[in-house]
Amino acid sequence: MTTRAVEGWTLEPLKRFVGEASARLVLLMTPAGQVMAQHGFSRALDVMSAAALGTAIMASTAEIARQLGQPPFAAVTHQGERHGIFLAGVTTHRGAIVALVVYDLDVSSVGLVQLFFEQLRTELHAASPKTGVPKQVLAADFERQLSDSLDTLFGR
Amino acid sequence: MTRVRGVRGALLVSTADGLVVAEQLMEDVKGAALAALAASLANRLGRAMTAAGIGASVFWHLQCSEGALLVVPAPSGVLVVAIAEPEVNVGLARLELLRAAELVG
Repeated sequence: MTTRAVEGWTLEPLKRFVGEASARLVLLMTPAGQVMAQHGFSRALDVMSAAALGTAIMASTAEIARQLGQPPFAAVTHQGERHGIFLAGVTTHRGAIVALVVYDLDVSSVGLVQLFFEQLRTELHAASPKTGVPKQVLAADFERQLSDSLDTLFGR
Repeated sequence: MTRVRGVRGALLVSTADGLVVAEQLMEDVKGAALAALAASLANRLGRAMTAAGIGASVFWHLQCSEGALLVVPAPSGVLVVAIAEPEVNVGLARLELLRAAELVG
């Protein structure tokens, strides 16, 4: 299983998290769905779909929370028959990151993922560069940026 | 369980999720971490026992340098966990854990 990052500072915390929590798939992305790092994906199409769906879920739950007059939910978990999905936000010096974690229920658990996610959150915050503002992706550059990111994420 | 001399805390853990169901722990004990790791260990031990063909686990006693972890898996999928001092009366603590597991079902 490969772990790759577009933003280098996310790589080591992500690798540690994957090892400790026995996660099967992980995506770190911006709330707009730009992928920063991934673990376990083998196809670019899957990454793009998962990023779009993950950020959409986060946006939907944030809106539900807003309508309930609550602060945004800290995390969303879904347990299926064989896999679990965990979605949560992380605040870093480079802005908010959304993490999507998929784990097998026979090797991990929501408790284990939650436990090591707290460590990932702390490590990402500490590792994020305090200087330099992340580049805004303009519509005109979007396709090229996406293509570059996917090349990096899949080692092309 | 926590009335047994030397028991520093006890908790009920959902084995499938690794989440705390109920706890009575001293302040310095991280219940959520203990629950997640104990459940993970229970799942792995369960597989090892199945592979060894020796049936389901009934009681574990993990002796550490500064204490012990005592665990009884209840049939409902809940783990009854106690953290104890090194000098705890293990026999008495085990009886209490088994009693608690029976109550939990």
